[in-house]
Amino acid sequence: MTLTPWEWTKLIGFYALVVIIVVISIFPFYYAILTSFKSGTAIFEINYFPVDFSVQNYITVMTGRNFIRSVINSVFISGVTVLLALFLAVTASYALSRVRFRGRSLLLITILGVSMFPQIAVLAGLFELIRFLGIYNTPWAMVLSYTIFTLPFTVWVLTTFMRDLPIEIEEAAIIDGATPWNIITKVFMPLLWPALVTTGLLAFIGAWNEFLFALTFTISETQRTVPVAIALLSGASEQEIPWGPIMAASVIVTVPLVILVLIFQRKIVAGLTAGGVKG
Amino acid sequence: MAEIILKNVTKSFGQIEVIKGVDLLIKKGEFMVFVGPSGCGKSTMLRLISGLEGITTGEMTFDGEVVNNVIPSKRGIAMVFQSYALYPHMNVYNNMAFGMKLAKSGTDDIKQRVEAAAKLLQIEHLLDRLPKQLSGGQRQRVAIGRAIVRDPRVFLFDEPLSNLDAALRVATRLEIAKLHHNMGDVTMIYVTHDQVEAMTLADRICVLRDGYVEQVGTPSELYEKPDSIFVAGFIGSPKMNFLEGEFADAFDCTTLGIRSEHIDFCDENPVWEGEVVHTEDVGSDNYIFVEIGSNEPLIVRSPGRKGSEYGRKVGLKPQDQHLHRFNHEGHPIR
Repeated sequence: MTLTPWEWTKLIGFYALVVIIVVISIFPFYYAILTSFKSGTAIFEINYFPVDFSVQNYITVMTGRNFIRSVINSVFISGVTVLLALFLAVTASYALSRVRFRGRSLLLITILGVSMFPQIAVLAGLFELIRFLGIYNTPWAMVLSYTIFTLPFTVWVLTTFMRDLPIEIEEAAIIDGATPWNIITKVFMPLLWPALVTTGLLAFIGAWNEFLFALTFTISETQRTVPVAIALLSGASEQEIPWGPIMAASVIVTVPLVILVLIFQRKIVAGLTAGGVKG
Repeated sequence: MAEIILKNVTKSFGQIEVIKGVDLLIKKGEFMVFVGPSGCGKSTMLRLISGLEGITTGEMTFDGEVVNNVIPSKRGIAMVFQSYALYPHMNVYNNMAFGMKLAKSGTDDIKQRVEAAAKLLQIEHLLDRLPKQLSGGQRQRVAIGRAIVRDPRVFLFDEPLSNLDAALRVATRLEIAKLHHNMGDVTMIYVTHDQVEAMTLADRICVLRDGYVEQVGTPSELYEKPDSIFVAGFIGSPKMNFLEGEFADAFDCTTLGIRSEHIDFCDENPVWEGEVVHTEDVGSDNYIFVEIGSNEPLIVRSPGRKGSEYGRKVGLKPQDQHLHRFNHEGHPIR
């Protein structure tokens, strides 16, 4: 196959564009990984390829006082948030998509509207609420606030999905004697599973990476989540920012997410498109 | 097994009244077909009987027991949906067993009932498959099987054949007719917009129009003695010929109806004369379209499958005993 000059230009242009996009989106992560393996003063030299390899930063982080504890906190908080949000969202979206009641669309719009408020706007109110509930400086403070912020998105997506499920299937189940709870757990949940994985994973990522609430609602070091712990990592003196350990910690907490996404990748794609066209 | 009585039943969705006062008796073990044009309320009627929709006013009884507020699963009904409505994530066995599992029946009992139903419908070899691995006809059988397993008093069919192709439709129609004979004492209610399905399956047909019952009767009653122009025009294929104006005046009525097989060709003293504008050969019969100056060409069944060339002048004469005369309200003059 011979290509004309113009076709060559198009081909090269296309791949050049691909390379630019990949470099721009990957570079920050690449640089974090690169930095995490450097040691000592090598960190302050700028180079774009590995020049030396040391796991010292990782050892420093893992043996640090409360880092493991922070990871456990994050796993617990994100996990509970996902479970709670999915439970509430599935039941709520069943009602919103299937039960006829007055003010249903108003409610849906309100739910969507709530998700548009910036976090900082509700921070003070939420703080009062958490103090009132007596869960300040406990994981439940984060679980509550993350669930509040995740739910609108989760409910909205699941409602869209549930609306697309054929109503006859639900009616067949009603005639078979299914209660609403049976319908949700035995008929809808298995069918919604791609959507559940998608929204669950996004909720997990959101909770895992959240910083502002986690910083505000915790005081003691043992209650911190990973993003806060990383941000507050301190070096030998106040003047030193420990870039090496910070980068190592970032890599450690990002890898599980990447693995999760890779595992569920196919489901996510299926989930994101499944509502679009009839299958 | 159940006698269903509807007394002055109405159904409204918000401001819109869909069923406008229906009185109907469905006998035990009867095959009743609801038929009518789209939007006439026939599917709504079925859903009222199933309990998926509640009735707005009136009373409905199953074997004398008022069921207005009884939930669907307690009415002893089973329903076959147009779109099959199988549970996509369950195999055929579990689809059929779902209702019994919810009712907490014993495993052996479930197995026995499901296998018996599968045998009846010849789908035993499909029990492990998922719905997406089945053809349309097989899915419909599974849907019917799921209904049989429930061992219902009343079987409800909501246009079960409209998603099937023509050949399969006829075959499945036969299956349903056989099923009715085998399950002799089960009342069956069947909704369709296809009058051929209605004529071939029904013990009695209920013709609905705009939320009212137009006429209830056996297929031959409806065909031979329609109570209104609407029923006369709806039942039978090709459609009954209707003549108005001076054609009707000659017979002392507002509208004169005559079916295509009740018109004879005759060259001496014809009642109507016209020109052949079209012929339709459907295999078993030839239908000749004759323009006699009325609103629409007159459709005449040609005896012995004889065709007729375009533009030929013919004389026609209706068979007097088969004339349907209607007054200005659309009711028959008898």
